[in-house]
Amino acid sequence: MRHIERQIVQLKEKILRVGTLVEEAISKSITALINRDSALAQRVMASDEEIDRMEVEVEEECLKILALYQPVAADLRLVVAALKINNDLERIGDLAKNIAKRVAQLAGEGPIDLPAEIRTMATLAQEMVRQSLDAVVNGDTALARQVREEDDAVDDARQRVRRMVLQGIKVEPERVECLLRVNSVSKHIERIADMATNIAEDVIYMVEGDIVRHRSSDY
Amino acid sequence: MTGADDTRQPAPPLPATTDRLQAVASGLNVPSEVHEKVLEETPVLEIDRFNLWYGTKQALHGISMPIPHNQVTALVGPSGCGKSTLLRSVNRLNDLVQSVQITGDMRLNGDSIYDPRMDVIDLRKRMGMVFQKPNPFPMSIYENVVYSLRIDGERNRGVLDEVCELSLRGAALWDEVKDRLHDSALGLSGGQQQRLCIARAIAAEPEVLLLDEPCSALDPIATGKVEDLIQELRGRYSVLMVTHNMQQASRASDYTAFMYLGRLIEYGPTSDIFTKPMLKETESYVTGRFG
Repeated sequence: MRHIERQIVQLKEKILRVGTLVEEAISKSITALINRDSALAQRVMASDEEIDRMEVEVEEECLKILALYQPVAADLRLVVAALKINNDLERIGDLAKNIAKRVAQLAGEGPIDLPAEIRTMATLAQEMVRQSLDAVVNGDTALARQVREEDDAVDDARQRVRRMVLQGIKVEPERVECLLRVNSVSKHIERIADMATNIAEDVIYMVEGDIVRHRSSDY
Repeated sequence: MTGADDTRQPAPPLPATTDRLQAVASGLNVPSEVHEKVLEETPVLEIDRFNLWYGTKQALHGISMPIPHNQVTALVGPSGCGKSTLLRSVNRLNDLVQSVQITGDMRLNGDSIYDPRMDVIDLRKRMGMVFQKPNPFPMSIYENVVYSLRIDGERNRGVLDEVCELSLRGAALWDEVKDRLHDSALGLSGGQQQRLCIARAIAAEPEVLLLDEPCSALDPIATGKVEDLIQELRGRYSVLMVTHNMQQASRASDYTAFMYLGRLIEYGPTSDIFTKPMLKETESYVTGRFG
């Protein structure tokens, strides 16, 4: 195997390690939310440091490959996609941390009924992240396109949560803070799904060389 | 000459799964992938179904490609792919090789290069050629540059001085040699000699400039200067360049043609060839996975 190929294999492995950490962070933050488990939420917040550290490492790896090997064509697209995917994964890590923060805040506010839509959104978004990472590993553009389509369902669920929150504030204005936190959790989940969509689009670029961002999911 | 390998008939499309390079190696007739953008350019030179044989060995197979006007086109491909043979066919240097036979044609601004009535000396005046190894003539820098004008009988000192300065400026050499124009060209460094050869070529105002691996005998700094020069020639001269250095093609050219075993495989804008080539075979070559 040529040197650049070895470097690229290592880069892929590192990206996947970040991906695994990020998947864990989302899953734990959602579990913490559902179970009102502030200890677990604390652990999610702590684990973000590891994700941040890995993100820097992956970026340095990409810059090293660009500077030392001047990759072209498929190799170049892979390194560029890796840079962007890395960035998106780190953002997802931050969003999981934000959800965990809200869990800690909600813990002090007595029992609330979490809208079922939040769980639906969380399940969908987690699945999208998992699929987008599978698409990265296998260069699977069909799966990547599926992820792009799934984003609409998350956006719709988010709108329903928003309406529920508005309605809730009208009915029980004294619970406004708590409801706004629910709203912000749903926003974070929606952003996670957006990041998974970005990753899926980067996979399409990596494999096919076409930039499909800002185009409808028919591409 | 005609034969089973005559490629005047367009090749049938290949199934997407076929490896074109293997197909070429086994002697199949494989169609070239020419990007739309190449065809949109105005051509200065049109290579039309060109075949060439050295004795019984066919070295070029049905090459058809337009060379865009005032752009830099690079021919790349592994050793023996026919890129130098193709370049030398453009100004009929292969006429000097016995046993060479050709079919097909090339046209320089519409004029058939292989028309029996074409005067080869005239043809070569219309093209400048720069070789791998710098070949300044053993005379002064000045006389090297104005050589083509001298043999055309130009005697007006003012004209010669002007062409000398313009050509040396065009070849990004003027500032380095303006104070020693009458020193021997052989005293210049390798990189300067090569830029002098380019100045000598452009002094004759050629319609096409042919560069045959112009940097392969130069050190990295001199290579950088010649590459910068090639970029500056864009827009003023039509350049056709052979290079075995992939990064040179990517840095210095507008269009890149990938050849393999005497066939044109893919030809498109350099930025596309090096970011998203249409064929996986081109991708495996430019990323260095074969060749």
